[in-house]
Amino acid sequence: MAEAYEFPVDRSAVMLFARSVLDINPAFSDPDDPATVANGGIVPSPTFVQSSAHWEPNYSLDMTRPKTEAEKEAIAAREKANGGGGGDGLGRGLHAEQHYEYHHPIHPGDTLTVTSKPGKRWEKQGRKGGKLMFSESVTEYHNQEGVLCVTATSVGVQTERAVDQ
Amino acid sequence: MSLQVGDKNEAVVVDDVNRTHIVKYAGASGDFNPLHHDEGVAQKMAGYPSVFAHGMLSMGLTGRMLTDWLGATSLRKYGVRFTKQVWPGDTLTATGEVIAIEEVDGERRATIKVVTTNQKGESVVEGEAIAAI
Repeated sequence: MAEAYEFPVDRSAVMLFARSVLDINPAFSDPDDPATVANGGIVPSPTFVQSSAHWEPNYSLDMTRPKTEAEKEAIAAREKANGGGGGDGLGRGLHAEQHYEYHHPIHPGDTLTVTSKPGKRWEKQGRKGGKLMFSESVTEYHNQEGVLCVTATSVGVQTERAVDQ
Repeated sequence: MSLQVGDKNEAVVVDDVNRTHIVKYAGASGDFNPLHHDEGVAQKMAGYPSVFAHGMLSMGLTGRMLTDWLGATSLRKYGVRFTKQVWPGDTLTATGEVIAIEEVDGERRATIKVVTTNQKGESVVEGEAIAAI
């Protein structure tokens, strides 16, 4: 299990994330829109929790500070143990699947606690890319009242060659 | 919402993906995997013809087809497989089709089959969503 961390949800981040998937629905940005009011306030778009990466301690793709050798090794070990998609991406790791379960609404002002743990692992023979090695990472987002809001399951795949185009 | 099995929704969710779309998603999500923005890394180190979009960008774009149709707070589950890479120049069309409706936890819920295709008709994202209706 990776270290738990806090992910504060703010209105600008929710708006910016929605815009990044070309979504200008006022439900994700305008507190005064009638639809927003009916929803009990601004809510994030469906894949927003992905941006918790910004708050993840020692996130491997954070380039804002140099990493020590020890930190690089710790990140590599954690990614190997955790599985899931993404990673540094310089190897053959690709994101194969992503699944969300939405249990409870999230609103700006919430502080989510993020916990991740490894899930299942399996192998499959690819059509052209050689052996495919799949691994899951399961991330839970609990709000400040301890209520589980979202479960996110990421499936990563390691391939032996560049994937079929 | 009076949805029925067989009801469909379709939307062009991005017209002509470009590197700016990809970089904007990288910034918002924090996913700075260089395969998605650094041509040199994508081509020389990894052997791809160019950078390509994050799978999660396609999933996020596809999500808009669902929330515009079903409402911003309707989703109970949303899951996809990334079936093909999305390259600069691609145009993506997302389609949802109601394949089942049932009563769960006092809610009427629709199971939606989700497919997003590129301009060649190849699927790039395939999955399922469950929405309260």
